Amino acid sequence: MSTTRHVPQGADGVRTDGPVVDEAPPPAYSPDQASRDAKFPGVLGPVDERTGLVKAMRFGLGKVFPDHWSFLLGEIAMYSMVICLITGTFLTFWFVPSMGHITYDGSYVPLKGVGMSEAYASTLDISFEVKGGLLMRQLHHWAALFFIVGLALHAARVFFTGAFRKPRELNWVIGVVLALLAIIEGFAGYSLPDDLLSGTGIRAMNGFMMSAPVIGTWMTFFIFGGEFPGEAIIPRLFIAHVLLLPAILVGLFVAHISLVVIHKHTQFPGPGRTDGNVVGFPVMPVYAAKAGGFFFVVFGVTALVSALVQINPVWVFGPYDPSQVTAGSQPDFYMWFSDGALRLLPGFLEFTLFDTVWSMNIFLGSLLLLPLVFIIMGVYPFIEAWVTGDRREHHLLQRPRNAPVRTAIGLAAISMYLVLSLATINDILAIKLQLSINDITIILRTAFFVLPVIVFFVVKRLCLSLQRHDREKVLHGRETGRIVRTPEGRFFEVHEPLDEYERWHLVNHETPTPLALTDGAERDVHGVRRPAALAGGLRRSLSNFFYKDSIPAVTPAELAAAHHHGEHEALDTPGAAAAIGQHGEAVSDIPGAPVSGHVEDENVGAVRDS
Amino acid sequence: MTSLAALRRSPIALLVVLLLGLTFTGTAYAALQPTAPTTDVAAAATQAEDVEEGRKLFLANCATCHGTNAEGVDEVGPSLHGVGAASVHFQVATGRMPLPAPDVQASRNEDQVKFSEREIEQMAAYVASLAPGPERPDAQYLDLEGADIAAGGAAYRTNCAMCHNSSGSGGALTRGKFAPTLMGVDEEHIYEAMLTGPQAMPVFNDQNLTPQEKENIIAFLKFIEEGGNAHGGAGIGNVGPAGDALFIWTIGIGTMIALAVWIGRKAA
Repeated sequence: MSTTRHVPQGADGVRTDGPVVDEAPPPAYSPDQASRDAKFPGVLGPVDERTGLVKAMRFGLGKVFPDHWSFLLGEIAMYSMVICLITGTFLTFWFVPSMGHITYDGSYVPLKGVGMSEAYASTLDISFEVKGGLLMRQLHHWAALFFIVGLALHAARVFFTGAFRKPRELNWVIGVVLALLAIIEGFAGYSLPDDLLSGTGIRAMNGFMMSAPVIGTWMTFFIFGGEFPGEAIIPRLFIAHVLLLPAILVGLFVAHISLVVIHKHTQFPGPGRTDGNVVGFPVMPVYAAKAGGFFFVVFGVTALVSALVQINPVWVFGPYDPSQVTAGSQPDFYMWFSDGALRLLPGFLEFTLFDTVWSMNIFLGSLLLLPLVFIIMGVYPFIEAWVTGDRREHHLLQRPRNAPVRTAIGLAAISMYLVLSLATINDILAIKLQLSINDITIILRTAFFVLPVIVFFVVKRLCLSLQRHDREKVLHGRETGRIVRTPEGRFFEVHEPLDEYERWHLVNHETPTPLALTDGAERDVHGVRRPAALAGGLRRSLSNFFYKDSIPAVTPAELAAAHHHGEHEALDTPGAAAAIGQHGEAVSDIPGAPVSGHVEDENVGAVRDS
Repeated sequence: MTSLAALRRSPIALLVVLLLGLTFTGTAYAALQPTAPTTDVAAAATQAEDVEEGRKLFLANCATCHGTNAEGVDEVGPSLHGVGAASVHFQVATGRMPLPAPDVQASRNEDQVKFSEREIEQMAAYVASLAPGPERPDAQYLDLEGADIAAGGAAYRTNCAMCHNSSGSGGALTRGKFAPTLMGVDEEHIYEAMLTGPQAMPVFNDQNLTPQEKENIIAFLKFIEEGGNAHGGAGIGNVGPAGDALFIWTIGIGTMIALAVWIGRKAA
């Protein structure tokens, strides 16, 4: 450990323990501790003697994190969760999770003398009587939405860059469970105020559960403690919302973060970045400052939004009454896909069999779809690994275009999700766009099946085009728009070759091949099918589906040939060769090789065990 | 007393009691039946004139679709017998009628009301003269004095919110029809709409919602219109979570990402 380790070097750290790191562990406490490492104040000494804190801190604060804005999406979710925990605790001081009936006598005139539950009345009190209560409520709700938006975008980033690949599949699964729990947690919280809108939501949930074949009614009675609405559901949802789910969420979140520490953070490919290192800034002081600063940025933006923009105005909806409903009843957006599926499912799916009603028109969209979406997400990494036969560890991210089929699958799935989500606001769309709600439903039903197919092919073609464009750029350089005329009257557009840093990004990805090409032929020399299981055949065809259109990355040989060709062309016209200065530059060294001191300079002590 | 007791046994007693009972019931029924407000003599004199003027206006502007005797034209315009003055005033004064073009539903368009208040009254008088129908509301139910906003809100949520939204911002109905927003609508028009049930709207007559309850509902809507619900910052179109979703996925997360890019770049 050198004394300069906390100085930002912009340099890499070696993933595996290097010789520099291998040093004797420092004694628990010694007078030279402070001088050995000025970072830890001597006052920690007594603490360290008893807890071994310094060692842990040295490990934690020495961690290296790569820099990219998209790595902060997960942090948006993380910080929003923290805001939710803080503001939620504040709200519990006043919220009364009870369905006991009282008559409102607060300061909000339009509800004075109206009968309502204690839960709703206390929510009104938080909004109108408690100082800062309304801001806290809005902070809590907006932060919850930011939490789920951040989480969704973080998941998308992980998916499209291939960060879920080995060894991170387990962490992906944890993330998927976190996402599922987050929306359940959100739904539970949204239901607590017992206003007309959320009560309608609970009523819908009640119907979803009843649609479960055979056990539906019993399950509903079990959860609601009898007929809807009963008096049990709000207290039960409250405990789920403030104790059960947050405990599991925080626990899984810690596991999620721990696995990031164990696996080390992924990084985008770049010069000097390999599967064996992490290039970035250490936690102390740079990354801590950035991440800590970003917490305040997230908190600040959430507070600003909460102060300026109204959310969930429960007083507008009124207290819940099973005989009432309001137009434009939607849940928060994260439940839209499920609600939208219900609005799209045709009614004829309900039938009677063995004296029992089978409400497939509801069951498919609510009870089946919700877990199904998350199961598909959870198993995707394993399916992709099986199909592609890729069992290696990956720490470098992929650019989405370099995995065209995965990117296309992801966006096709997102398009399906969006169609379902839009179906939830079919009434809002109808009135805002002055369309017929029936037409919108028919269009969305069609789009659910057609749109993903179109999106798949368009996105895949776009990715392949971008890859071809990358090849073009590597081989022939960037078009400068400068037209040069030679003395003979020929015209050139000057192509400026990429420098090796830029080129590195475009050539370093690998070109996968379908399993059929590497696995050997399906039939042997005598034309007899090789004894492959049915799954083997499926795997071959899926692998073909994934990789058959791969566009190979430019190889150094191709690059050299292209440059040679370019030079040759330029030499045809000696006058032009002089005019086109950049064109004749020497072919640079092989991408990925160490190119300059500041990228990989182990001597300045940037090597670490992170 | 004894003679009365003796008469009680008389064969005619039953008939007398029956007659008395019927007379009493009939009189009470007639006395308690809601009656149209009586008009004074001068008003009655001008009314005949109004009806005649109204008939001319009707023939010039409405008869194409509703027929020359307001009997209706099949698949074009309904009969106006019995719709009452309230209905005519609502439809014409909000600009819904005359309909500019066939559509699933007439839309409110107060900028294009083609008639003066006087002319509308004349047409209303003509249509009301064809058959009895709901009269225009009493001014005492439109001044909103002493109205109970809380009771109005409760009645609104029970009767109106399922189509017009709990914030009065309107909602969609089937096949392109819609319940319009109730913000910025004249008190009398709201009252008349409840009374006559225009287009897809059900009728809320005085037995269903008493005039006082109607006034309460109007007071509640005016309270919202004047910003009584506007706590906690700007509402996004008052369409519930749909507005929140639009905001968070555009401005909200957009700001966060812009700042994330900025932080990711700094000192990189």
